[in-house]
Amino acid sequence: MSKNIGLRSAIFAVLTIVALVYLVPTFSKELPTWWSKVSILPQEKVKLGLDLQGGMQLVLQVEGEKALEAELERVADDIKDELRSEKIKYSDIKRNSANGIDLTFLSDQDVTSFETLKNSLYSEYDMVKGEKTENGQVVHLNMTQTAIKNLNKSWTEQAKETIRNRMDQYGLSEMLITTQVEKNQILIQMPGLKDSDRAISLIGATAQLEFKLVDEENSVEEALKGNIPAGDEILYLIEKDSKTGRTEKTPILLKKRTSLTGSYITDAKISLSQTKGYTVDLTLDKKGARIFENLTAANVNKRLAIVLDDVVVMAPNISEKIPSGKAEITGGFSSDEAEDLRIKLKAGALPADVTIQEQRSVGASLGQDSIDQGINAMILGGALVVLFMIVYYGFSGLIAVFALILNTVIIMAGLAAFGATLTLPGLAGMILTIGMAVDANVLIYERMREEMRIGKTLRAAVEAGYEKATICIFDSNLTTLITAVVLFQFGTGPVKGFAVTLTIGIIANFITAVYVTRVIFDYLVINLNWKKISI
Amino acid sequence: MHIIKPGININFMGMRYYAFALSAILIIIGMVAFVIKGPNFGVDFKGGLMIQIKLTSPQDISKIREALNPVNLNVETIQSVKSIGKTDEAEYIIRAGQLEDNNKQKTLNNDITKALEASFGTGQAVQRLEMVGPQVGAELRNKALAAIFYSILLIAVYISGRFEQKWMISIIMAVCFIVVVLLGLSFGASMTWLILIAFITALVFCWALRLRYALSAFMSLIHDTLIVIGAFAVTNREISLTVVAAILTLIGYSLNDTIVTFDRIREHLRNTTGKKDLKEIANRSVNETLARTVLTSGTVFAVVVALYFLGGVVINDFAFAMLIGTITGVYSTIFIAAPCLFIWKDESVKRGKKG
Repeated sequence: MSKNIGLRSAIFAVLTIVALVYLVPTFSKELPTWWSKVSILPQEKVKLGLDLQGGMQLVLQVEGEKALEAELERVADDIKDELRSEKIKYSDIKRNSANGIDLTFLSDQDVTSFETLKNSLYSEYDMVKGEKTENGQVVHLNMTQTAIKNLNKSWTEQAKETIRNRMDQYGLSEMLITTQVEKNQILIQMPGLKDSDRAISLIGATAQLEFKLVDEENSVEEALKGNIPAGDEILYLIEKDSKTGRTEKTPILLKKRTSLTGSYITDAKISLSQTKGYTVDLTLDKKGARIFENLTAANVNKRLAIVLDDVVVMAPNISEKIPSGKAEITGGFSSDEAEDLRIKLKAGALPADVTIQEQRSVGASLGQDSIDQGINAMILGGALVVLFMIVYYGFSGLIAVFALILNTVIIMAGLAAFGATLTLPGLAGMILTIGMAVDANVLIYERMREEMRIGKTLRAAVEAGYEKATICIFDSNLTTLITAVVLFQFGTGPVKGFAVTLTIGIIANFITAVYVTRVIFDYLVINLNWKKISI
Repeated sequence: MHIIKPGININFMGMRYYAFALSAILIIIGMVAFVIKGPNFGVDFKGGLMIQIKLTSPQDISKIREALNPVNLNVETIQSVKSIGKTDEAEYIIRAGQLEDNNKQKTLNNDITKALEASFGTGQAVQRLEMVGPQVGAELRNKALAAIFYSILLIAVYISGRFEQKWMISIIMAVCFIVVVLLGLSFGASMTWLILIAFITALVFCWALRLRYALSAFMSLIHDTLIVIGAFAVTNREISLTVVAAILTLIGYSLNDTIVTFDRIREHLRNTTGKKDLKEIANRSVNETLARTVLTSGTVFAVVVALYFLGGVVINDFAFAMLIGTITGVYSTIFIAAPCLFIWKDESVKRGKKG
């Protein structure tokens, strides 16, 4: 081991320099321009977790049930059209409660011809012959589990895109959005977010915009008593007085049928006028404009309700045919509300409802507090350890302290290099590593002391001390490493950050405490021929 | 400088029965508290809400509860958490059950802030809000249990291989584990049961094959875990995901001491000729490694104390677990792991020679 001191020092010098280079972006306020131009130089700061930076994390569950019902209704309508054009006679088609559609045919021949139709057009359904009733032969069409799964998957992906779109429009620069497809969940992380409530209402709203005609023939009062006419529904108009902030709820009787949906919207803009306050102006695409034109032409002097997520925003009177494909929504909005509505309408509706399964938001000030407190604890803990090592082991203690500092630098550099995230438990893990790291040196030094006590020279003691302690250090660190790896595998967010710093710390510790200090000792006892050292 | 004089010889093994009694008392107190109070799981595992607020001046808990009435939270507890050196500011943690109406979530932050400001004036703030739904709670619970399970599994395999220097046996043990787990899974056993099964398998395995080092290491890690969980129950602290991480880490760390001491014991057994008294050798080894044990645990203790007092509210439970764990880690190595080696009175010499 006496040889190669030069080579070994060179390796560790390079390691130290590389580590320091990785830390430059983190600790410099602004990188010099020449640095940014050299692409091999690291540009990224150590990433901070939401718990240190402040921000919000959401886990959304895409609730496919209602969307699936709607999909089945749509398919049932579709089948009706197909049957009509194929001239297959049926007596009934309706959605059943078991993710399927029930059809009743008059003759067995119709069933056979439907089966051919089904096989070519509706292959994602299983067809089961049911009982014979007085109306004819019942056939159950059940959507296959794979088809349901695929639908949910695509809804989840669509919802992710829509949400990303909304948040882009909202102006959030940094955000991470991923899907967990097998669970139909969307994970959103928004570091540095200020107003978490507003973000939630923006993200979580389905934003299904519908135009529905008001049923003027029947009275709401009668319907409220329970006699809702067939094909009608009661929804509430919620009006807010922009001055007093008081809301008023009025029931309105609507035709259930949706005349036009928000899916035709190509653009949404905000304008402000003296009389109406903030309004959101919608532009419909060609098809939408035609539907809107026909709708308004056929219902002049009737009321048309604009419904957003089952709440009536407004129900104005149609005064004349509107051919332009433009509509405007007013409702005593504040500027934020108008802006949010604009974003939601422009980005489009979510394909299915979402519910919040998990929310974690941390204020920026608390994050900063956590960083400050963590650093304080690190400084105090570190100072205690350093003081202790120097007092106890003298010059050798100083060598261990050098290794400790290098260790801390490597952990930080490792976080930057691997693009890992520093979380609060991660910071705690770093502090813990400072306490644990000197263990390796203590093991070596205690061994050396013992060897010297039995009369060995310093050089022999160094040799024996390192030799005997290394295996022990390796083994004893391995158990901590095992737990760190398991925690990384099963931990979430902050705990994962802890596992990462712990893992990097253990490995860095082994390098610095065992190999780097060894080079220093070898240099002292071989090259400088020291016979004594304070230990 | 020396804290522990070289050549020190304290009769630790002679004190083992007192130590066993002390451990038993502490564990019983802790477990009684745990059973009476019920497991106090954090929002991660239980689901529900955890809200940390910062008020401009300290308020009575009952006043805060009253102030929050209009929000209609299902408030369970409100707890004052003061960070050291900040007497002017008052921070509280509110724990509440699951919201019935998912829609309410959308305005929760503002609603709470408004309600607090209505009672205590402007400047009140919600600092941290965590909501975990039932599904995610169950998921996090399973993940934590899986982490515990795999840690036990890997550590058990490692311990039996490493401590006994018989890797064949540890491979057999790993196979045993896998068989038992598969059996358990096929009977639809939950993660909690699997963990218990894993524990018992490991203990039975060590017992049957007379793996004294492995068994002793196991006893000491069970001891440490029970003490920490008991300490959490006694002090009404919550077991959260980070606390589980802390417990697993300190299990790894506590084994670290045990490995160093056991290595020394084995070394002595190898080098001693003639009559070998395991008790005497264990005692000598503990004494010889005492300086190192005290020193390194001392430095870890120092940083953990710093973390406990300065680290802030969010990380306090984690620091507390580490604090207790560092103490029991040293204690269990000396007073639990080493004395457990002579559970079997015979055979000590033969075993030592092989190792």
